[in-house]
Amino acid sequence: MSGSYALVAVAVVSAATVLIGALGLRVSRTTSDFYVASRMVNPRLNGAAISGEYLSAASFLGIAGLVLTQGREVLWYPVGYTAGYLVMLLFVAAPLRRSGAYTLPDFAEARLESRQVRRVASAFALGIGWLYLLPQLQGAGLTLQTVTGAPRWVGGVLVAVVVTANVMAGGMRSITFVQAFQYWLKLTALLVPLIFLLLAWHADGSPTGQVQHPVFQKTTVVQVDQAVRIRVPDPVQVTVDGTLDGQAYEQVPLALTAGVHTVAGHTDLTFPAHAQVPSRVDGAAGSPWGRPPSADHGSHPLYAVYGLILATFLGAMGLPHVVVRFYTSPNGRAARRTTLVVLGLLGVFYLMPPIYGALARVYAPDLALTGNTDAAVLVLPERLLGGTGGALLGALLAGGAFAAFLATSSGLAVSLAGVLHQDVLPSVGIKGFQRATVLAVAAPTVFTLVASDLPVADAVGLAFAVAASSFCPMLVLGIWWRRLTPPGAIAGAVTGGGAALVAAGLTMADWFPVGWPHALLAWPAVWSVPLGFLVMITVSLATPGSVPPRTDATLARLHLPEPTRPTRSPGGVRR
Amino acid sequence: MIEALALLLGALCCVAAGAALQWTLSRRRTRDERDLGTPVERATFHTLHTAALAAPPLRAGLTEDTARKAVRRLRSLLGTPALCLTDLDTALTWDGAGDHHRAEAMVLVADVLADGRPRVVGVACTVPGCDLRWAAVAPLEVDGRVLGALAAFGPDESPALLRATGEVARWVAVQLELAELDRSRSRLIEAEIRTLRAQISPHFIFNSLAAIASFVRTDPDRARELLLEFADFTRYSFRRHGDFTSLADELRSIDQYLALVRARFGDRLRVTLRVAPEVLPVALPFLCLQPLVENAVKHGIEGHPDASRIVITADDGGSEAVVVIEDDGVGVEPERLREILAGRGGPSHGIGLSNVDERMRQVYGDDHGLMIETGVGAGMKITVRIPKYHPGVQVTAPPGPAA
Repeated sequence: MSGSYALVAVAVVSAATVLIGALGLRVSRTTSDFYVASRMVNPRLNGAAISGEYLSAASFLGIAGLVLTQGREVLWYPVGYTAGYLVMLLFVAAPLRRSGAYTLPDFAEARLESRQVRRVASAFALGIGWLYLLPQLQGAGLTLQTVTGAPRWVGGVLVAVVVTANVMAGGMRSITFVQAFQYWLKLTALLVPLIFLLLAWHADGSPTGQVQHPVFQKTTVVQVDQAVRIRVPDPVQVTVDGTLDGQAYEQVPLALTAGVHTVAGHTDLTFPAHAQVPSRVDGAAGSPWGRPPSADHGSHPLYAVYGLILATFLGAMGLPHVVVRFYTSPNGRAARRTTLVVLGLLGVFYLMPPIYGALARVYAPDLALTGNTDAAVLVLPERLLGGTGGALLGALLAGGAFAAFLATSSGLAVSLAGVLHQDVLPSVGIKGFQRATVLAVAAPTVFTLVASDLPVADAVGLAFAVAASSFCPMLVLGIWWRRLTPPGAIAGAVTGGGAALVAAGLTMADWFPVGWPHALLAWPAVWSVPLGFLVMITVSLATPGSVPPRTDATLARLHLPEPTRPTRSPGGVRR
Repeated sequence: MIEALALLLGALCCVAAGAALQWTLSRRRTRDERDLGTPVERATFHTLHTAALAAPPLRAGLTEDTARKAVRRLRSLLGTPALCLTDLDTALTWDGAGDHHRAEAMVLVADVLADGRPRVVGVACTVPGCDLRWAAVAPLEVDGRVLGALAAFGPDESPALLRATGEVARWVAVQLELAELDRSRSRLIEAEIRTLRAQISPHFIFNSLAAIASFVRTDPDRARELLLEFADFTRYSFRRHGDFTSLADELRSIDQYLALVRARFGDRLRVTLRVAPEVLPVALPFLCLQPLVENAVKHGIEGHPDASRIVITADDGGSEAVVVIEDDGVGVEPERLREILAGRGGPSHGIGLSNVDERMRQVYGDDHGLMIETGVGAGMKITVRIPKYHPGVQVTAPPGPAA
């Protein structure tokens, strides 16, 4: 088992994160070679930082797992995650930077000149942030369990502790470098093993036929941990150790008929080579980071795809940890360039997870059966290459996955702590911010510990949907429509975002497991985003008297480019 | 039949319960009102409340907009059909009936404006339905100068109205006086900033030019470089417009300042700057760090004439930027420091520290004053916390000079 290597990789990634955070800017300089302007964060660095923070475990592990189980339909995920930045580039990035806002509540206050709007925006930023943080912590637990066999809560607590300690120690002072490092780490962690995997795949004769209908490459033991119902396509001879269809067996060869069978938990099934891989019948406890559109209990795939597209395209701009990074850009133009860089970096990154997924369909189809699909990326090197090389590459991937958890979690922790510090906790000073950080991380950690079996599967998707229904209307209308009023903004955000939030809660509580009600609640963006826009516009038009007095000046500032500053006196050339 | 009866009974019970609840609530309400005092007391409360509502607009000074907002409240206080507020030239606002009299308002108040004595003036009117016959006019006197007049119109000649108008006019005048006070306070701070800019000039300019001159023969390149630093520094410091600047600009100016100081002191002054790039775009009040650095240089050289050390750091503290300026110089006695911050430091200590402290508090609130750790001979460490966003704080970019 590659457990020990993986453990070392996880430890190295955690240590590197802390070290770069602490030492990144400890290189002291004397004034003679210090020149402030040259040290502004340039778009390339900032773009890498934003990408590093944005690429969570859902991207690193989840997408490959989804491709493994669902095939090409889930390619909408990487497309949507990336295209959100295109929408941001076109409509939001530069004006948001010019507004001078650090967080989304800051923008709401700057544009609408109202404390109430600010409070509503803070509440939503907190809700979205925590909704996003939950699956990060749970995912960390799953990953650590997969690679080392540790109990599930360990990973989440480890991430929470590393992130909190890092912020408390002031390690996030050079957060831009840390996050940029995380991006390149994640890219390397996916790219290097992929090259070896593709070479091995080529040497294997480039098998592709089974991508559509997976078969076992060799005799395979499938370990089923949780009870599952499977559909066997053709009669097949298997060896059963455990309970099948209510009957207990102990290493008994058995002819499985075609059709549905029930496998109890802790059962080993041994399939012969070239047997077709059975498919799961029920999707419960399927893939942890998002149920794919078409497998949504078999209902309404087209609607689900539109829900996914709307949520991811419009939701990215409302994620609290993404927006704060734009503040680092010196001006609106740089913010726009940064977004362009992010688009490029994300595009390159997202090429790889689907390839992992396709390879997993060939070499690790049994994972689809056990439901542990997120392990697909992690187990591939061992399956294809084996030996020490495979173990090392697997460890690299585990380290990359942990970098994903750390980067996203610390970004979220810092931005949530900012919101808590400014708007919720009455304390002041550096100590206040550190206290806020503890609270920001502790709340979801406790939640994952207490309710670890709650299906937070769709939490990332739902966080996107809530952001798209509350902040997207507020940002887009705030930037492009001068008749937006504070009552309108509040009403729209509360109605749209609140509806999406309620839908999120009902989906997690699994109130409507099937049919249209389930589809509507699991993919709320299709109706909640238009609802948010509609209410915001209607109420704003109904309250023309409360258009903020300085609207024209604010809009002018948002849209006019900043004057370029002279960097040097006439004729001055710095050597 | 029995079912119907039961239903009726149930309905009756509901209604009874509702009525009982309402009765209890209404009793509580009347008791609450009794608790609020006698009618006279309540009238007083009402008057004070109305006056409090009218005060904020007036605190912004006497303009058409503020007069309109305030007079609406004041008319309910006087209980007259119409109320008019004028400055020396025009009727700023007319609230209530008989708007057609607005044109002649200035004629009616002319005498009062001239001699500052309240009086009752007759109003001639032929418009049917208009019953404004008399006007009680009182002057708005601030510091012995008449700034305008308050005219209350009514159907009868009433001494009580004249008295009431006079009192309200005096109250308005007090508010205007406070507005004047606010304005002069902000003018004072502006003047102090101007002084700060002017303060840079004499000694620093002589010393810098002398230092540059010493390099002209031995190291012409360095001399040229320093002259350019000098030009950039003075251009920034003498900037005439805008209250806010970016941390990057302020630090660049500090960088230039330090380059010039180091030209003079050479190795005797060692400076370390450590800046997190994330906080460079933060907006902050113009020239609010540079006086602190000057202070540190002065104290450092005083404390260690041979080898003084200054450390300037700017770190990212989540929603704030944290700037720390530290020297190992003579330090200050805490008691003396308190006096300096209270503005009683005397001219020898300049106005740098107290001015920066006051401006930080004024812009960001009392939580964000300077935090100073010092002791005699123990150096001085000044911590400034600058919020990354604060309503109304925006970098005002300089118009690009010919480049």
